[in-house]
Amino acid sequence: MRHTISVLVENKFGVLARVASLFSARGYNIASLAVSETLDPAISYMTIVVEAENEKILEQINKQLNKLIDVISVTDFTKKDHLDRELILAKVKFALKEKEKLEAIFKKYVGKIIQYKGDTAIIEAVGDQAKIKQLLTELNKFGVKELVRTGRIAITH
Amino acid sequence: MTGAQILIECLKREGVEVMFGYPGGVVLPIFDELYEAKIKFILTRHEQGAAHAADGYARATGKVGVCLSTSGPGATNLVTGIANAFMDSVPIIAITGQVKTNLIGNDAFQESDVTGITRSITKHNYLVKDVKDLARIIREAFHIASTGRPGPVVIDLPVDVQSATTEFVWPEKLELRSYKPTYSGHPGQIKKAAKWIENAKCPVLYVGGGVITSGASEELLQLAEKAGIPVTTTFMGLGAFPGTHELSLGMLGMHGTAYANHAVMESDLIVAIGARFDDRVTGRLDSFAPYAKVIHIDIDPTSISKNIRVDIPIVGDAKNILRELLKYIKKAPEVKVWQDKINGWKQQYPLFYKNDEALRPQFVIEQIYQVTKGDAIITTEVGQNQMWACQWYKHDKPRTWISSGGLGTMGFGFPAAIGAQIGCPDKLVIDIAGDGSIQMNIQELATAVNNHLPVKIAILNNGYLGMVRQWQELFYKKRYSYTTLVNPDFVKLAESYGAVGIRVTKKEEVRSAIEKAISIDNTVLIDFRVEREENVYPMVPAGEAINRMIGGMA
Repeated sequence: MRHTISVLVENKFGVLARVASLFSARGYNIASLAVSETLDPAISYMTIVVEAENEKILEQINKQLNKLIDVISVTDFTKKDHLDRELILAKVKFALKEKEKLEAIFKKYVGKIIQYKGDTAIIEAVGDQAKIKQLLTELNKFGVKELVRTGRIAITH
Repeated sequence: MTGAQILIECLKREGVEVMFGYPGGVVLPIFDELYEAKIKFILTRHEQGAAHAADGYARATGKVGVCLSTSGPGATNLVTGIANAFMDSVPIIAITGQVKTNLIGNDAFQESDVTGITRSITKHNYLVKDVKDLARIIREAFHIASTGRPGPVVIDLPVDVQSATTEFVWPEKLELRSYKPTYSGHPGQIKKAAKWIENAKCPVLYVGGGVITSGASEELLQLAEKAGIPVTTTFMGLGAFPGTHELSLGMLGMHGTAYANHAVMESDLIVAIGARFDDRVTGRLDSFAPYAKVIHIDIDPTSISKNIRVDIPIVGDAKNILRELLKYIKKAPEVKVWQDKINGWKQQYPLFYKNDEALRPQFVIEQIYQVTKGDAIITTEVGQNQMWACQWYKHDKPRTWISSGGLGTMGFGFPAAIGAQIGCPDKLVIDIAGDGSIQMNIQELATAVNNHLPVKIAILNNGYLGMVRQWQELFYKKRYSYTTLVNPDFVKLAESYGAVGIRVTKKEEVRSAIEKAISIDNTVLIDFRVEREENVYPMVPAGEAINRMIGGMA
């Protein structure tokens, strides 16, 4: 099962490597990872989506992260009321006659068509995992040529 | 002051009296300071020896051990020693030279990514990029290494930072907002644990190295005696509880005593203290101690519920928690029936070897115990020699058993003995070795002799890599693939280094040889030519339940 964990870390060089090597050394899987500065430039914020087969592994991941000297705190969002979002950018195939159909899709989603060029539209969209999945299903009817997406970020209510 | 001067000043302020190491190109500024410094420097003959010596020093004294090497190969040679200290939670500081900061990442001569290489085998590590950070980093390193669950910390120090100058400021206060180990246990959990202990019918104390680190042996003894609970120790816990005590069950696990394993398997309450339910202890996990509830006291929360489910976790320092626990236990559990049962197992399944005319390795260790009366620091190499030393020597006191547990590093025992002897000059230090392991750091004979260290080496020489051969005998149809050793003449080898060599081929020579070795004020190596195909029994085959032992009387 996938879990979203946020980790506050000291903003020092090598911290990302410490977190990443903890995961690889102990055989845990990272599904996605987002890292950024916080309001305090001395602290970075990591949102990690992990694959954990069971509670025991999740508990170990939490504890092992906490054990790293540069980790300030670990929050498991799974047990908390939270919002999460991912951002996608995609190149979608379209024919001029389908333009309205494509635009109609974006009435249901937070996103827009950024540009049309030849037979390709570049779109952006933001949503939680389920929403993004739905959107991609709809876009696939047109044909998605290229897709990039960020890792998940999350915040408590 | 220069970076090198700051380093030496900080080490002095941290109370460092001795360092182990080896010079090289990018640590020349440090060695130039060491030329006149008050800190004793022990020049080993290999950096691995320096790391193990620092480790042995730390285990014997309870202080932080310090080792120093140059960059590149010097640093990578320390790696085994660092990993060894990490697995056994030993506080050492490894200082490695590094190429100039502007060359880092350029594949410079003798460059290696030391912080990268050591990340997963250290408690923490540092690359010092600015001399202004150096004093703070050294303070932090000692604090991190020696507190909480101890462990190695690496400081990678580029040569230009060693020669750069800055004003020296000793950081009086440390600010580590993200590192705050828990020392006192949760009172509610401790009270609950006390109740469970009072009501247990078949309790066992399962004790690991954490009790030694915490200095909690006295409290453990009080608890065991007050509640009448038998004590089994892990490999790392040997010496935490007197091996000669009537409540002692000795070591448990793969080569543990049959009575310890039976007791754990049939217990209804396991009180684990500073131990981590390692695979050599539990054997097959799903059949481990099926009737037992588990109270687990450990300073490292990651050790709790890692391998087995714990009913009452108590995170904190063993000494503090045991003191509290003792206050809350008002009555001893009714354990008469349980103690009788255990005594029955002790009679039925004693440790056993064939005491005939042959020179058997177990006999050698028993004799070492009898001659020293247990008043010695015992280090070991890894393999059969190590397991026999667990079984046939009664370990009574903490910090007198020094052996590579978690990593199982051949070649550890001799340099560790050197470190222990430096730390405890008045103690008798004996390395129990095999003919394979001793050759992995035999070059340190030069270090021992040059420093006039009266370390004794007892080689149980069977001409085999004995433990691997034992597995080949039992599980690979006696196909002894590359486990037969053709050895040098160890007596002559010792002599060529300026040490004393003694050869023992007969059982009746054993005692006098040990007595003679102890009486000589020099490094002494005894080459015991023991029975070649003796096995370590009892033994739990890998992946089996720990009461399914083979061999011995079990």
